[in-house]
Amino acid sequence: MAETATAEPTGPSRSAIDATLRAILSDVLALDAERVEGFDGDTGLFGHLPELDSMAVATLLTEMEDRLHIIIEDDDVDGEMLETYGGLLAFAEAKTIEG
Amino acid sequence: MYETWPAPLIEGGTSEEMALVFKATGGNRLLVLPPLFEEANRLRRQLREVMRLLSLRGIASALPDLPGCNESIAPLGKQTLSGWRTAAVAAAGHFGATHVLAVRTGAAIAPAELPGWLYAPQAPARALTSLARAQSLSEAETGGGRQPAEIIAEAREYGGHVAGWTLSGEIIRELEQSTDVQTGYLVVVDHEEIGGSPLWLRAEIGEDADQAQALADLLARELAR
Repeated sequence: MAETATAEPTGPSRSAIDATLRAILSDVLALDAERVEGFDGDTGLFGHLPELDSMAVATLLTEMEDRLHIIIEDDDVDGEMLETYGGLLAFAEAKTIEG
Repeated sequence: MYETWPAPLIEGGTSEEMALVFKATGGNRLLVLPPLFEEANRLRRQLREVMRLLSLRGIASALPDLPGCNESIAPLGKQTLSGWRTAAVAAAGHFGATHVLAVRTGAAIAPAELPGWLYAPQAPARALTSLARAQSLSEAETGGGRQPAEIIAEAREYGGHVAGWTLSGEIIRELEQSTDVQTGYLVVVDHEEIGGSPLWLRAEIGEDADQAQALADLLARELAR
């Protein structure tokens, strides 16, 4: 099995965040769950997936706030956080702990 | 199928707007209010399908264009939330609506006088946040750009283009202040009751026959009670 963002030792809340994030991406990108399940830490997002334009990313961020009960500040949003699935997951985890 | 109706304008007078209308033999007539802005486009085909399914069950429905929305030639930059609320009340009267189905941010303009449903309601302030984020991301792609808060602050003062939508300062202020969903006497239908992937989140416009059927079933069941 390829190393994925979920392959590292995780606590329940970490895997819950991972599952929620994948579900949101599946909804926003209209991809089936299996395809999104195959995303690993290096899977490119913003700038790599044609479906993920600025409006789709905005939808993604707002939905992350609603489903993960976090607040994303303007300063949080940068290229690094949005570039890969691993970057986005790490951000979501950090925010959840902070929140 | 398509009719026109006289929509009241905030500056006085009316504009002739289009409405998608499904007739039916039963006594129930549903006013359908789509979400504001981006999500209206993403859901239009789906709502049309829900209306078609309802008509097969004897439930008539009308989805009116509000001034500045969809095919309307009234300038969006002159519209306000309160103006749309007034227009929604007028549409309810014009089409003789007995009930309302307001979807997502459409909840913010649902006539208080009608019974009905709010499907997956969202506070308009959240939609504004998404638009400002999209604008910020798109500006950042071309180098530099403003933060979402700056975009909203400028648009609040002077009006502006936010993610392709030309909005007045007044509507920006109204959207910002609409941080809660006012349910009133309306019944909230959570998306969990319908199931499937929410179509308003999709980057591409989609349709989902199962979801349309589930929503039409739910409404028909409630109306038959």
